[in-house]
Amino acid sequence: MIDKITITIHQDQIAPRFDLTTEILIILISSNLVVEEKKSIVLPRSSADDLCHLLISENINTLICGAMEDEYYQFLKWKQINIFDSVMGSWATAFKNWQENTLNPGDIFSDRMIEGKLV
Amino acid sequence: MIKLAHPHIRALLKKNIDFTHMIDEIPLGILVLDCDRRVVYLNRFFQALSGVSINRAYVIECRNILRSSACITNCPVLTMDKENRSISCENDMINMDRQKLPIRTTVAPLLDTDGKTAGYIETIEDLRVIETLDQKKSVAYSFAKIIGRSTKMEKIFQTLPILAQSDTSVLITGETGTGKDLVAEAIHQTSERAPGPFVKINCGALPETLLESEIFGHQKGAFTGAVENKPGRFKLAHNGTIFLTEIGDLPLSLQVKLLTFLDDKIIFPLGSTKGFHVNVRIIAATHRNLEQMVNDGQFRKDLLFRLNVARIHLPPLREREGDIRLLLDYFFISYTRQLDKKLKGFSKTALMRLMNYGYEGNIRELKNIVEYAVNVTNGKLIEVDNLPSYLFDPVTLFRESKPSEPPLIDSPRIKETETWASIQRKMILDALKQTKGKKSEAAKILGWGRSTLWRKIKQYKIDS
Repeated sequence: MIDKITITIHQDQIAPRFDLTTEILIILISSNLVVEEKKSIVLPRSSADDLCHLLISENINTLICGAMEDEYYQFLKWKQINIFDSVMGSWATAFKNWQENTLNPGDIFSDRMIEGKLV
Repeated sequence: MIKLAHPHIRALLKKNIDFTHMIDEIPLGILVLDCDRRVVYLNRFFQALSGVSINRAYVIECRNILRSSACITNCPVLTMDKENRSISCENDMINMDRQKLPIRTTVAPLLDTDGKTAGYIETIEDLRVIETLDQKKSVAYSFAKIIGRSTKMEKIFQTLPILAQSDTSVLITGETGTGKDLVAEAIHQTSERAPGPFVKINCGALPETLLESEIFGHQKGAFTGAVENKPGRFKLAHNGTIFLTEIGDLPLSLQVKLLTFLDDKIIFPLGSTKGFHVNVRIIAATHRNLEQMVNDGQFRKDLLFRLNVARIHLPPLREREGDIRLLLDYFFISYTRQLDKKLKGFSKTALMRLMNYGYEGNIRELKNIVEYAVNVTNGKLIEVDNLPSYLFDPVTLFRESKPSEPPLIDSPRIKETETWASIQRKMILDALKQTKGKKSEAAKILGWGRSTLWRKIKQYKIDS
């Protein structure tokens, strides 16, 4: 089975808010977890409704994103999309964790730093 | 720990002061950030508002924790740095419960003794309180979001402000759908505790073990999976109100623990020997007959006495003469606006049917009927044909022709609301069968939007 994943991004991080996202990544994965295709889409404006529509029309089956309102969460769940929301930090690390089947909603992949030093 | 920078204040307080306790007591969400806008401290109010603990948030970028629209569109901290003044703006945030909350963010710099920026302090004001007050001003015959002009409701409207100003425990009783949650929130919002948190716990929604940890919190290592300290809802509601809904479903063992708390106002989290003092007001609600439960040995008598200091009984809709029309109009206006429909009102026959209907599910049922009717109506007036068919069910009509029984909490009448649910469920199933499972076509047949159909499918668990 081929998986189609979307990650809402802001530069190299996961966008903190689903409804205010202006860029997404769509990654196509083959059954042996190989990345077949990766494309980034810059959205004309941020809109949770438009983004939901896009996810459905693109037949996405997994979404990794930041904060999300319950209305959209329930709607996309109903549309059989697996959602990992409230994920923070590097999208690449989140994606790697998803591939390793260890990603959970609410996971934090930000460096914990104080005054430039890792804590 | 924050050191005071102003020389005069520093002279007054020679010792370094631990400000965390003071910040925790302030009824505003507060985030203390370092120079790189990473979270150094969150006060208790913010933790309750956002659902994020300080352990999770520590030295993470603030936009990932606050998750406000201002963080994304126009970061107030950066704007403040550019313009060299403190910034205040209205925006919204999404908390861990996936609720979008209107907030006001104010940012100011924290300066060291040389006047250099050492960090930032951000305050978050929950604007839901103000929005509630605005609504209160604009609707006649109402208190907060509760509407009614019947004699029984007028009495309640007179009692509520008095109860709101006191600090006693309140027990709200009434049949399902009478607005117990609204009353609890209204009491909180109009009380002196309004700036503090309003924390709701549904005692019937969680299994006993989870409920205890949810209410009273737990200590790290108290049980398998307790990987960090959890403050518990009581601690999060400190200086605010805790609303225990479905109190009749609270297990007996937790009733004892709640009673102990009501006696000495001290909370002992699971696995902890150290208790802490919590100042909360308790509001409890139930649709059950607690006196009967006491007689049956299912509810502790002493707990009932503790909670029953002030009691509000919300009358069922059938006893609120004149309110049905008021509520029909209220929900009609609300749904026509929401769905952007240009409807003029109800036809005479439809109105007559609605005015004479029994409303076993009370206001919730009335609201659903109006929502359905506004959805399916294509003409200018809501006709009899646009009302749910179960209103004309022979069983319903026969039931209504019987003389009215005295109102009883937990009476079999409540169970009759199942008719509404089962008929609606059947309608959905029929439509889905007819369209071979195509939901968009089924929604068209039912005259609903796709999202309404989706919501109902979830509600009736048809998809599982």
